[in-house]
Amino acid sequence: MRGAAVTLRHELIGLSGVLERNAYLVKRYAWWELAFFVWSLANTLTIVFIAKGVEAAGGKIDVDRATTTLLIGAVIWSYLGVVFEILTETVAWERWEGTIEYTFMAPLARPIHLIGMGVFAVVYGVIRTAVLFAVIAGFFSLSLGGANFAAALVVLAVASVSFIGIGMMTAVLPLISPEKGMQMGFIAQGILLVISGVYYPVSVLPQWMQWLSTISPATYALRGMRHAILNGDGVTALWGDIWPLIVIGVVAIPLGLFIFGVGERHAKRHGKLKRSG
Amino acid sequence: MFAVEVHNLRKEFFRRDADRSGLRRRRRRVAALEGASFSMERGECVAILGQNGSGKSTLVRLLSTLLLPDGGSARIFGHDVFAEQRTVQRLVNRVSVEASFFKKMSSEENLSYAARFYGMTAGETRERIPEILERVGFPVRRRHEGMEHLSRGMQQKVALARALLTSPVLLLLDEPTTGLDPRSKLEVQQFIREIWVSHDATILLCTHDLAEAEALADRVGILDRGRLLCLEPADELKARFRAETLEEAFFAATGREFEEEQEDEDAERGVFA
Repeated sequence: MRGAAVTLRHELIGLSGVLERNAYLVKRYAWWELAFFVWSLANTLTIVFIAKGVEAAGGKIDVDRATTTLLIGAVIWSYLGVVFEILTETVAWERWEGTIEYTFMAPLARPIHLIGMGVFAVVYGVIRTAVLFAVIAGFFSLSLGGANFAAALVVLAVASVSFIGIGMMTAVLPLISPEKGMQMGFIAQGILLVISGVYYPVSVLPQWMQWLSTISPATYALRGMRHAILNGDGVTALWGDIWPLIVIGVVAIPLGLFIFGVGERHAKRHGKLKRSG
Repeated sequence: MFAVEVHNLRKEFFRRDADRSGLRRRRRRVAALEGASFSMERGECVAILGQNGSGKSTLVRLLSTLLLPDGGSARIFGHDVFAEQRTVQRLVNRVSVEASFFKKMSSEENLSYAARFYGMTAGETRERIPEILERVGFPVRRRHEGMEHLSRGMQQKVALARALLTSPVLLLLDEPTTGLDPRSKLEVQQFIREIWVSHDATILLCTHDLAEAEALADRVGILDRGRLLCLEPADELKARFRAETLEEAFFAATGREFEEEQEDEDAERGVFA
């Protein structure tokens, strides 16, 4: 019993080390963080302006509602990008800095290591996404008085468990392909969002894509957050979107850990767990 | 119980040939380590001599749990390196040829990060890091500077501090002084000697520096093309090959000069090792 408590304490200290290191890196690269935020801002604006563009072209739409719908899609896109990028850096950044061998020979359980990266990704992603959302909402003077942001946050938090699981699966790719593995995270992000109704209802998709959308956590995250922000729905009303997210999360985390474990063993077998390819 | 016990340890890597056989390129086995067997007593310092691509780094990476073997066994203080990885990881640390740090982070931040993985809290590292940096001869007042602003010699001292911070009972040193200027090299060697005496550590030193091996180690082994040819005290090694220097002994054991140009096959091993 005491042995288990000591082990747990060590693991939690290790997890705090992962969070601490990421915080140091954000601090040290603060100006780059600002530059990437400006890029996210510009990217989001290009999407959100589409609502005004449709109106200018003669389309009859509720511009505020369409703008908010697009804004939610764009910030989720950005959020998912941050989560996948940070998780992929579990390997990619360490390899680039040359620290990968020291980190992977340290006595920290890989699930704790990956969960530490995931927790940081979610905390950092939520803060960044909230600021992005507030700036764009202010830019378009969106009226969000009836929005239930607490419920939206609950949906995002539950969805994040699945996103971390999927991120773990993509995080192992730089171990297998040091040159191109990192980009696979972007591919996963794109595929996930295209089938999940990022800027449109899932019903406009072909039938086979609609079927795929039912196993994508982003589908429920986008729909739930839109209902919470546009209609002010609470957690009870959003249960239909929350329970599938819980189910997908329960499957995604063990699956992500399993796939990362397989990748790590492959890398150890083929000598790829090292600083250069 | 031996500190290190390696028996018939083998590691091969695959390499794709440039020539195609049909649609597929053929894969060729490159043996990085071929049946290495040796043991080390607790508190012993053993140097393994070998050229680039001889299998030194492969041996260190196997003992560091960074590689899985193709055959044989390795035990560290009785624990199977490949079946009890977490236990072994707590006992071992290493210093390699590249210092390897997060370059924008300071030495203190890098050391804190490394120490957390070994269960050391912020309270413990706050006092311990300045102490250990002072011991390795690093100017403590510079511990807040980014690693990118430190010289190579300074970085290697921080690497030694990182390894010592976790109090390993087995220290794996993989060419720790390669590329350092003569003064830094001497300082690092003096420090290795000091920690060996004061720290009760067992040290496996892989190097291609003959003088370093002779000065630091109880026993010297010659690793050539993945094969451990011999392992004995430097004087006995020289006597066995009727050589006056370790370089001559190396030549007698391997049939080639120590600094001889590598053959293609050795260069290939170097890519993996």
